[in-house]
Amino acid sequence: MNTRTPADLEAALADLAAPVRLLFFTQTFGCDTCVPARRIVDRIASLSERVTVEEFNLVLDKDAVQAYGIRRAPAVAVVGEADTGIRFYGVPEGHELISLVDAILLVASRDSGLSDESRARLAEVDEPLDIQVFVTPT
Amino acid sequence: MALASPLVTAAAVAAAEYPDLVHQYRVTGVPKTVVNERTEILGAVPETEFVRQVVGSLG
Repeated sequence: MNTRTPADLEAALADLAAPVRLLFFTQTFGCDTCVPARRIVDRIASLSERVTVEEFNLVLDKDAVQAYGIRRAPAVAVVGEADTGIRFYGVPEGHELISLVDAILLVASRDSGLSDESRARLAEVDEPLDIQVFVTPT
Repeated sequence: MALASPLVTAAAVAAAEYPDLVHQYRVTGVPKTVVNERTEILGAVPETEFVRQVVGSLG
């Protein structure tokens, strides 16, 4: 993705090709970062009529937690026409904010943006691949 | 990658907020990638190589 500046990201969000749902998983107790995370997710959604936010509780909404394989709060599942398997754990700030917006744009475009070689490799995957990338916001 | 295969899930984890996971997966630097709880990829790796390593971890 070449859209890197905040202004570019805002413009891209405003012009989204398809609806994207952000499923926000929160926790009532013991989650200092859940409120700031929700605030950022709401701010992203406010930039596009096609981005919606739905909140679930990590403890109470067991069906959703299981369906989306959520392990912690705060978490965001990025869902398009169907689930994409894309998750963000923690407050999406700094680089993570850019990554989340990029993920929304990719999901809306329904195109991974990967090279032909990578696509070919992934097309042959026949068992689950669970990828966790540990990151910092700066 | 998660978009390119229905079998792939991809999570970005804010390391500073989950010290228990950092401990569990022995994260000493970022980015660190953990595939299926076992294969580790350290640092930023170019896309094609990253996909090769992740898919290759299925052996």
